[in-house]
Amino acid sequence: MKRLDGRSNEEFRTVEARVDVVSRADGSALFAFGNSKAIVSVYGPRQLYPQHLQNPERCLLRCYYDLASFSVPERKRPGPTRRSIEISYVMTKALEPAIKLEAFPNSVIDVYALIIDSDASTRCAALNAASLALANAGVPMRELVSAVSVGKLGNELVVDLTKEEEDFKVIKEGEEQKTTDIPIAFLSRSKKISLLQLDGKISAEELFKAIELGKKACLKISKIQERTLKKIKNIKK
Amino acid sequence: MEVTNLTKKRIEELIARNKRLDGRSLLEFRKIFVEKGVTKKAEGSARVRIGNTEVIAGVKLNLTEPFQDTPDEGALAVNVEFFPIGSEKFEPGPPSVEAVELARIIDRIIRESHFINLKKLCIKKGELVWMVFIDVYPINDDGNLIDASIIASIAALKDAVFPAREEDKVKYGELTKQRLPLNDSVIGLTLYKLGQKFIFDPTTIEEEISQARITVGMSYRKKEFIHAIQKGGETPLREEEIKEAIKIIIKKGKEILNKINL
Amino acid sequence: MEEEKAREIVVPGETIENRKEFIAGEGTRKEGNEIVAERFGVVDRSTKLLKVIPLSGVYIPRKGNTVIGQVIDITFNGWFVDIRAPHLGFLTIAECGKRVIKEDLSEYYKVKDILLAKVKSVKTRSIELTMKERGLKKLDEGLIILVNPTRVPRIIGRAGSMVNLIKKETNTTIVVGQNGVIWIKGKNVENELLAKKAIELVSEKPFIEGLTEKVKEFLENEKAGWKK
Repeated sequence: MKRLDGRSNEEFRTVEARVDVVSRADGSALFAFGNSKAIVSVYGPRQLYPQHLQNPERCLLRCYYDLASFSVPERKRPGPTRRSIEISYVMTKALEPAIKLEAFPNSVIDVYALIIDSDASTRCAALNAASLALANAGVPMRELVSAVSVGKLGNELVVDLTKEEEDFKVIKEGEEQKTTDIPIAFLSRSKKISLLQLDGKISAEELFKAIELGKKACLKISKIQERTLKKIKNIKK
Repeated sequence: MEVTNLTKKRIEELIARNKRLDGRSLLEFRKIFVEKGVTKKAEGSARVRIGNTEVIAGVKLNLTEPFQDTPDEGALAVNVEFFPIGSEKFEPGPPSVEAVELARIIDRIIRESHFINLKKLCIKKGELVWMVFIDVYPINDDGNLIDASIIASIAALKDAVFPAREEDKVKYGELTKQRLPLNDSVIGLTLYKLGQKFIFDPTTIEEEISQARITVGMSYRKKEFIHAIQKGGETPLREEEIKEAIKIIIKKGKEILNKINL
Repeated sequence: MEEEKAREIVVPGETIENRKEFIAGEGTRKEGNEIVAERFGVVDRSTKLLKVIPLSGVYIPRKGNTVIGQVIDITFNGWFVDIRAPHLGFLTIAECGKRVIKEDLSEYYKVKDILLAKVKSVKTRSIELTMKERGLKKLDEGLIILVNPTRVPRIIGRAGSMVNLIKKETNTTIVVGQNGVIWIKGKNVENELLAKKAIELVSEKPFIEGLTEKVKEFLENEKAGWKK
C-alpha cells in the first residue's frame, strides 16, 4: 500500500538525530521522525531534594515530557496536561530498565523532553532522543532504548504514523473505523519491550504482527542512534 | 557550582582593563544566528543563537472577540516558558518571576512600538479579530536570554503568515501567503553593569556576577524612538549611568539590526 | 588538519569482544561469551581486562582524590561543599586543617569559599572530605575553570607531563582537581588566561595525535603574539 506520503508500510519517516544540542545540560539530543521533533536534556546523576524522596538502593529517574505551545495546530496552553503527565510516566518506565540506576543510590537523573513540532509519534521521538541524551551524558546504561509507533490503518499495518494517518477514518460495514495507534519501545540488546500502549480496535493476531513490525523498525532505529552517538565532534565541557 | 569569588575578582580586574574572559571587547556581541521557519505547526517561528545561548519562539494565530476597550484592534499575548531543558536552574512548574518579567518586557517592546499593526488584525469591529500568541522557549542558557528572546520573538513574527479562515473558524494547517501587518525596524537590547563598566551579551558567568542590567526597546524608522525600558538587578544606577547606557544601547541596536538578517 | 587517533567507540549494549581470553572490566559486563559495553565511551584494550573509558559523565568520587569545591552551607559541626558529584561533600571540624576555637564556623571558611581538599571516604549519602594534608587550603586568588571530569587524566598527562608543560610555559601554578575543577594562579591575569586556553584545548580535542607538541606550539605562538 502506498501511503499518503509515498512510504511503504514498513518505512518510518526520515530521521534527524543529533547529540550535544544543549551545552548547559549534562547530555542532550534531538530526534525527529519527519516533522515530529523532540529535544531532550539530561541533568544528573545529581543531588536529590527533598531527602525523603531519596532511594538508598538506586537512583531516581524523572522524565518530564511537554509539547511547546506552538507545536500543535491549536495553540496549547503552557503547563502539564493529563496527557503529558501520563506520557512522562510511561517514558520513565520505558527508560528505567536500560539504566544502571543502582550505581547512584540517593541521587536523581532528570530527563526533560520538549516537543517543538508535532506530527504524531511524539512520545517515540522523545524516547529515542532521551536514550541518546542519557548515553551522551555518560550515564551507565545496559543498552539503548528505541521506540516507534505502529498503526492499523484501514486493513494495513504501518510503521510510524503521521497525524493525518492517526486521524484517518473509514466507514466499514456501517461502522466508523479509526486508526489503531500502538507506540512501542524495545531495549536494543535484550529486545525486551519497555513501552507498549494501544488505543483503537485490533485482533490479537494483528497486534502480534504489529509488534513484529515494531521490533524490526526499532532495530533499525537503534542503529541510527548508534551512528549518531559515534559522530564525535567536540568534548562537552 | 556558582561562580567563584576568585573568578569574579579576575573578571572584574579584566573588565577594568576593558577585557573579557573570552577575548571580546566590552560592547561586542557573540555571533548571532537567526533561522526562521523551524517548526511546521506554528504559523511563524524562529530559532536564535547568540554564542551558545539558544531560544526558539513560535507564533500561533487565533480568532477571538476583541477586548471591550479596543473593539477595532487585534490582540497580542507573549509567554516565556523556562522549560527545564535549558538550564539546571529552571524548575518545572508555573512560570518563575524571571520568565514573567521577560515575557512582559518582550510584550512592551512589541506593543508600544506598534511593531504589529493591531488595527489591521480587525476583521469585524467589536466582533472578530485575530489574536497573536508568541511563545518563547529558551533551549540553552549561556547568558543573555533576554536579547535572544527579544530577537527570536521579532523574527518569529516576521516569519509568520495568516492561516486560512472560514468565517470565524481558523483552518489550521492551511497557510496563506499573507504575512502579518508589521512596522519594521524594532529591536531590544540589554546592557549589563559589571564592575564599573558596561558590557553587552554576557556569558553565564558574566551574567551571574553582574550587578545591574537595563533593557531598552527601540524603533528606527524616520526617527529613533524608545518604546520600553526595564532596569533589573540589585544595584541602583546613577542618572549619568542610565543616560550613558541608553545612548549606547540605541547606537548598538541600529548596528545589530543592520547586521543580522531578521 | 588535525589527525584523530583511530579509536574504538562503543555504545551501551554493544558487543565489544567475544574471545574467551578477555575479562570484563569497568564499564562492561559479561553476557554469556560476550563482553558488552555499559557506557558510551572508548574501549581500553591495553590489557586483557577490557574497560570502557567514558567520554562524558558525572564525577564519581574515590578515596584519596584531590578535589576543589565550593562551600555552600555551614552547620554546627562542619561545612557542606559542592564538589560537582551526585552528593555533597562534607568537611568536619576535625578534618578542616585548622584549630577551631570560635563557635561561628564561618570565621574559618565562609559560604562560597573555594577549598582544595581530598576525599577521605565515600559514604552512601555524603562524601567525607579532609584538609589535614599539607598543601590543602582555601584558595584565594586566581581563576577557577570547569572541565569534564573524564578529561582530567589527559589534562594531567602521563606523570604530569601535560599540566607541567602548561605550568612552565605560562609561569603559573595549576592544581587539577579530579572532579574537573581546575585552579590556575599566575603572576598576572594574562598568564592565567593563556593557561586556561591551553587546558581548554586539551579538554576539547583529546584524541589528537601528538597533543603535547600541539599544546607547546600553541603556547609558543600565543606568547610570540604578545611580544609584537
